[in-house]
Amino acid sequence: MADVKLHGFWASPFSYRVIWALKIKGVDYEYIEEDLSNKSELLLKYNPVYKKIPVLVHGGKPIAESLVILEYIEETWPGNPLLPSDPYEKAMARFWIQFAVAKASVYRAFFVSTGGEDQEKARKDWLEVLKILEDQALGDKKFFGGDTINLVDISYGVLAYWFKNTEEVIGIKVLEPTTLPRLSQWVQNFMQVPVIKENIPDSHKMLAYLRIVREKIIVAEQHNK
Amino acid sequence: MAEEVVLLDFWPSPFGMRVRIALAEKGIKYEYKEEDLKNKSALLLQMNPVHKKIPVLIHNGKPVCESLIQVQYIDEVWHHKSPLLPSDPYQRAIARFWADFVDKKIYDLGRKVWTTKGEEQEAAKKEFIESLKLLEGELGDKPYFGGENLGYVDVVLVPFYSWFYAYEKCGNFSIEAECPKLIAWAKRCMQKESVSKSLPDREKVYGFVLQLKKAFGIE
Repeated sequence: MADVKLHGFWASPFSYRVIWALKIKGVDYEYIEEDLSNKSELLLKYNPVYKKIPVLVHGGKPIAESLVILEYIEETWPGNPLLPSDPYEKAMARFWIQFAVAKASVYRAFFVSTGGEDQEKARKDWLEVLKILEDQALGDKKFFGGDTINLVDISYGVLAYWFKNTEEVIGIKVLEPTTLPRLSQWVQNFMQVPVIKENIPDSHKMLAYLRIVREKIIVAEQHNK
Repeated sequence: MAEEVVLLDFWPSPFGMRVRIALAEKGIKYEYKEEDLKNKSALLLQMNPVHKKIPVLIHNGKPVCESLIQVQYIDEVWHHKSPLLPSDPYQRAIARFWADFVDKKIYDLGRKVWTTKGEEQEAAKKEFIESLKLLEGELGDKPYFGGENLGYVDVVLVPFYSWFYAYEKCGNFSIEAECPKLIAWAKRCMQKESVSKSLPDREKVYGFVLQLKKAFGIE
């Protein structure tokens, strides 16, 4: 029986954050795929507050929320550090990780936008967020973590893969070399990192899935109007 | 080298209160600067250009933003006194989980309670109480979320106690009636100087909320 288990979902960027961190740290774990339309008893027991994945279970003890899990992994397996040791630099890394949380609603607005003025505004707002990220968080570094990826890069994996696929679903490009040269380069560099490259969902499946999810949300929002 | 600590803050902000409590627990001397949020200082805009929000903790000229990050930073830099986070990684994860829960729920739901009416307000009150009950469950029989002493979750949650009176008046309900254990916990925290000196008077907060309601045109 594995000491470390991960309850995840194949299409979830949050699930992948945990997978990448565990792999970088060389931690053996058992992966349990959850059917989100039919959640397991175990998942509901391990995460009664949100009933969501990912949940990491270590020695029978569960931890929920991907960012909490990432900090736990970092502290429990200190080899191959994924956060700076200096308290100030650590605070800055956490700041940029939280920036994504603060701007999630801007991402969502773009994700569900269907056209016209609304979509143009959503695109502009989202582009502004990405510009701040490129300019102030990434700067001229290869990765947010410097020469190698760290928790900040891992938490922004959602941009490198899920957002790029979203652009294809919506048919609008925002994160491109002409508008965001350094961030675009970061996407390429990030996707080439072996642990990332070898642990990423299938593109075809992902595109199909994103299309379905987007449709569902758009229909639901229209019903709520 | 002398430590220079400055806190840019706004007196009714629960997020600012968290930092005040953490600094007081550690016995850190600092300069408190009150910001007028309708007329933000050049210093604030320079130190937090991304969000332009308070609180901002400035340590030897370098800014740290976001209250949970600030409290963790304070705990890490001044680690020799009154530790706020537990030392065990699993206990730390639990503390971070609940701090994150407070951030996801309490501020927004509380805000809905004083800014809405009718069905929307009832729904907000219900979810607000449910969230407090979950927190009560996590507290259990411990005197503090941190165990025998004030900890990270205590520091993160107790500032909202100064706003409970305003929520109750606006929502016409009693939080104590629904969550007596949580109120007992809050009063226990208030017996500590680090907390009582960091939280504003509840009547003052209620007065501030009434002013805001008038300004926003909310009845």
